[in-house]
Amino acid sequence: MNPFLENKLNVNRRHFLGKLSLGIGSAALGSLLIPDLFSSSGDDQALAAGLPHFAPKAKRIIYLHQNGAPSQLESFDYKPLLNKMAGQELPESIRNGQRLTGMTSDQKKFPLVGSYFKFAQYGKSGAWISELFPHLASVVDDLCIIKTLHTEAINHDPALTFMQTGAQQGNRPSMGAWLSYGLGSDNKNLPAFCVLLSRGKGNGQGVYSKLWTNGFLDSIHQGVQFSSSEEPVLYLNDPSGITKEGRRKMLDKLSELNSMGYEEFGDPEIQTKVQQYEMAYRMQTSVPEITDLSKEPDHIIKMYGPDCLMPGTYAANVLLARKLSESGVRFVQIYHQGWDQHGNLVGEMPMQARDTDRASAALITDLKQRGLLDETLVVWGGEFGRTNYCQGDLSKENYGRDHHPRCYTVLMAGGGIKPGIVYGETDDFGYNIVKDPVHINDFHATILNRMGLDHEKLTFKHLGRRYRLTDVGGKIVPAILA
Amino acid sequence: MAAQGKVNWLTLSVIFASVGTVALIAFLLTQKSPAAASMPKTVDYNFHIRPILSDRCFKCHGPDARQRKANLRLDTEEGLYAALKDNPSEHVFVAGDPGKSEAFRRIASQDTSVLMPPPSSNLKLSQHEIDLIEKWIAQGAVYKKHWAFVPPQETTVPKSGSDWVVNEIDEFVLAQLDNVDLEPNEEADRERLLKRVYLDLIGLPPTLEQQDAFLADQSDNAYEKVVDALLANKHYGEKMAIQWLDVARYADTHGYQDDGLRTMWPWRDWVIHAFNENYPYDKFVRWQLAGDLMPDPNKEMLLATGFNRNHKITQEGGVIDEEYRIEYVTDRTNTFGKAFLALTFECAKCHDHKYDPISQKEYFSTFAFFNQVAEKGYQGDIYSGTAADVPRISIKKEDIEGILDFVNKKDSGLLNVMIMRDSNVFRPTHLLSRGAYDAPAEVVPMGTPDRILGFDTTQFSKNRLGLANWVLDETNPLTSRVFVNRTWEQLFGRGIVKTSGDFGMQGELPSHPELLDWLAVDFVKNGWDIKRLIKQIVMSGTYRQSSVVSKEKLARDPENIYLSHAPRIRLTAELSRDLVLASSGELTEEIGGPSVKPYQPKGIWEVATSGRGLTRYNQDHDDKLYRRGLYTFIKRTVPPPSLLVFDASNRDQCEVRRLRTNTPLQALVMMNDPQVNEAARVLAESLINDEDKIEKAFRLIICRKASNKEIDILSKYFEEEKKTFTSNVADADKLISIGEFKHQKIEDKAGLAAMIEVIMTIYNMEEAIVKS
Repeated sequence: MNPFLENKLNVNRRHFLGKLSLGIGSAALGSLLIPDLFSSSGDDQALAAGLPHFAPKAKRIIYLHQNGAPSQLESFDYKPLLNKMAGQELPESIRNGQRLTGMTSDQKKFPLVGSYFKFAQYGKSGAWISELFPHLASVVDDLCIIKTLHTEAINHDPALTFMQTGAQQGNRPSMGAWLSYGLGSDNKNLPAFCVLLSRGKGNGQGVYSKLWTNGFLDSIHQGVQFSSSEEPVLYLNDPSGITKEGRRKMLDKLSELNSMGYEEFGDPEIQTKVQQYEMAYRMQTSVPEITDLSKEPDHIIKMYGPDCLMPGTYAANVLLARKLSESGVRFVQIYHQGWDQHGNLVGEMPMQARDTDRASAALITDLKQRGLLDETLVVWGGEFGRTNYCQGDLSKENYGRDHHPRCYTVLMAGGGIKPGIVYGETDDFGYNIVKDPVHINDFHATILNRMGLDHEKLTFKHLGRRYRLTDVGGKIVPAILA
Repeated sequence: MAAQGKVNWLTLSVIFASVGTVALIAFLLTQKSPAAASMPKTVDYNFHIRPILSDRCFKCHGPDARQRKANLRLDTEEGLYAALKDNPSEHVFVAGDPGKSEAFRRIASQDTSVLMPPPSSNLKLSQHEIDLIEKWIAQGAVYKKHWAFVPPQETTVPKSGSDWVVNEIDEFVLAQLDNVDLEPNEEADRERLLKRVYLDLIGLPPTLEQQDAFLADQSDNAYEKVVDALLANKHYGEKMAIQWLDVARYADTHGYQDDGLRTMWPWRDWVIHAFNENYPYDKFVRWQLAGDLMPDPNKEMLLATGFNRNHKITQEGGVIDEEYRIEYVTDRTNTFGKAFLALTFECAKCHDHKYDPISQKEYFSTFAFFNQVAEKGYQGDIYSGTAADVPRISIKKEDIEGILDFVNKKDSGLLNVMIMRDSNVFRPTHLLSRGAYDAPAEVVPMGTPDRILGFDTTQFSKNRLGLANWVLDETNPLTSRVFVNRTWEQLFGRGIVKTSGDFGMQGELPSHPELLDWLAVDFVKNGWDIKRLIKQIVMSGTYRQSSVVSKEKLARDPENIYLSHAPRIRLTAELSRDLVLASSGELTEEIGGPSVKPYQPKGIWEVATSGRGLTRYNQDHDDKLYRRGLYTFIKRTVPPPSLLVFDASNRDQCEVRRLRTNTPLQALVMMNDPQVNEAARVLAESLINDEDKIEKAFRLIICRKASNKEIDILSKYFEEEKKTFTSNVADADKLISIGEFKHQKIEDKAGLAAMIEVIMTIYNMEEAIVKS
């Protein structure tokens, strides 16, 4: 059982409705069902429905967010027409009223520009992949390439927030928080939702803790940021001069003192607190063990590349993500900054690709070799696409691309997603979707479905309204389900 | 059998006071017991029926005209008894006859093709709920207006004649306790009561001297003297400000991804000042909403309007100006609804509200008041330093020496603070289709939701000042209740209306409706006097009860809705920090000033940044390390982690109620945050040569004398640890060197290290950061 839940069950229903959020996916809670009109909460119904709602295909998610929005046109959405028409103006019929960001809205011309980088076909599906991503190309038969994600946001902050929470407005729970809420943790010594950050050499955009927020859910569902510093989780390390034995002894004394408090007051929160201290103590052991990558065997190091031995790199984080996931962490969220190529795309994109391509592919291979890919869903992608026309100066050797909401590419692998396919089509200009659009809400609905959750039933009532990760939309994309 | 349109508390009072009370109480109690709920004798529309209809039916049969199915609505009196569109001989509800009530037939049906709510909605009614509706129809299907939209009425105070009663509050509480056959607790012991009232009124623990003085004071009004002294204490304003800063979404940065620096702390200093000076709530609200529009506004009144400038402002290159200008006006409108009226206005921006009587048109009518402001959505990127091009006031030296003497500014630099000012040109407000900034539809007049309280333009001016006067008008059913309820929530951890941010149909019903009204009416009658309200509550016997929970009470009323004992509440993020600093003697007692950057784990800002703006966390030193929690610098995109772990608001939007969790990360902070451990070191240094060092440390932190057993455990622990450190001086050296606070030279290093551990243990006791 989810240990957070276990602790809470020892409590009682004092803060029952508030505490429901502690992983409601447990049949045991059913016995606590209250015929409740007074708070007429939706939570009881979620409980009655039972979680997961049906047998899950995937148990865990590793989400490799490419922050800043990598260009689909230099990666997975091959548009030779743009090379042919390079320098010509984007036809108004194609732009068709699309609003522009303030960065290009006063640009006089919108010259089309094709990929500087070569494309070739790979795998059974014959998917086109650019030369920047040779390693991902080598695992193409495990990938589901979705070319038709689209969004309404045209700026990073709202777009990221949308991708993470299903809505552009802030303060809603992040996807990982929803999964922690719905399914709890599979490891009693680690948080259900872990976050890892890295930064490439390209032009970057911010990532910040509000992206892994619990929103209105209980704060136990907040993403826990792991860092590459000496302290992998904030406040994890004992103060200098306190030994492990010293800490144990203190906890024993503390427990003795707190039990006296419980005898006096009879407040079950006191017992809960004692257990939270024990959990914290266990984390102090389990986290450093898991974040220590130095004992990884050579073939793994080779697979992820030498960068994986340098703490804080994308490669090291991806390897750590695999370890966390393997240990039962429900949702590992990686953010890699540096994909915002408004200019100098030709210079920056190869560096970004070099930092990420090998480890991303290694993760898929590694999980597969461990027999874990079937139950682990891996996602790779940014928050929107990039324009087919040049931002700033266009030369033979270099160009830039602005934000483009109407189409972008996301990769999925494992976890009940159909491998070796390309889904959705964009027009020859790489500007509009011509077949099988996938809205962010659809994408979330599909992910929840793979985790055994009905996106319309995973709700939390807050200030009078039942909220969902998929807001008021979301249709599962059946064609990509394995 | 339609009821009168307007139901007042008198009517409700009758119900509560007679049969209804029993019914309501029985109802409330059965709510919380796992056993099947029992059926009340009289089914009340407000308390039994509307919550069901609102939660399961209003989405398709409620205020939102576009979503309404079958032209059927259950949120209005007419709708409840209306003839069916397709079959005018049939009616939705027929008083006295469930069998003829089509709505009842549908909800009670076994046939899923006609069942309501339809299975596809994922909503359903329990058998108990169906039975309630059946009984309600049989008893005449009487409709009543939503309780919160009827102005509070003076209520009669029950008379129990009990010794336990101190003031009117207790009579109301006792009456309900009697009904459910629960007894209140005795008064808490003096030490715990003192800690409780100190934390509640000034947010700091009593010193040893203050504890001793109170214990020694045998006079009858010893407690009252303490209360009066605390209300006059300069730290009272700080304690009160914390909650208002959440409501006002105060922060030190602009938010959104670049998240640059802003200077709104002089406004925060004003809030502290306003509470300390005990500005009546009406003045406090009027100045913040419309100080600039009052006759001859002075600089203080202008500064107060900063309230409406605390929202996020984007500095992201490439955003569309109008999109964000609309965002800001939206934020102000939503904040207005939640902060003053406890209404979820935000739900009516894109469509009519699904539960409450706020149409989309009315949303934009209220929006119109805030749409006259001079500003831009986007003025220049973070490097330009002029976000949104808003009006500001310059605070000069003579202001600080004069009318703004509460602004804690030591240097001579100029301060520019954002304020409100309407532009000279009237800006017509359009209803925005789907809430989208680029889809303007019809122009709407200024106004407010009609079915809550219409905006009478013959009485109120068509600007924010008119709106402020509308909020504070005696016929406004919400304002006084909402504030009284939030004040109650601050002191008891749970409002009389638990959903303190939602008094609408989906909000919870008041647990003590008559008490809420009595307090609200009394509050307004006495000039919106906040200190008086607080004194009234903390003087009550209800507040002064002990917090011991018997097994029986826990089983019968686990949420302590009936207040048969005082609550035990973990301190807020800020107050946990304050307790540590105050008890160790490190606290810098200064009021106000620029926000500070205390210890924070390395790299948090640096790794999470766009590379622009505040990219590096430059930790402060000296006195600034020991300021109270409310002065900690809040960078919106990366809020201070030690506060966030303890459920502090990230100040993204208006927040009226914080969660209260109990997590392992909190344990890690209390055990390992250098701020806490440094405090242990500083306190250990000051006590190490004291004979009663453990006793004193315990009293400073826990605020009561330790029991013999507690002293015994801690003394043994001290001796054992001292021995360990004696044989390992290197560890002792490390431990005693923690923190920047001035070190005292102590010869007995092992003893000092052991004492640090003992104090760390006391800081980590459950009781330390709990108000009990």
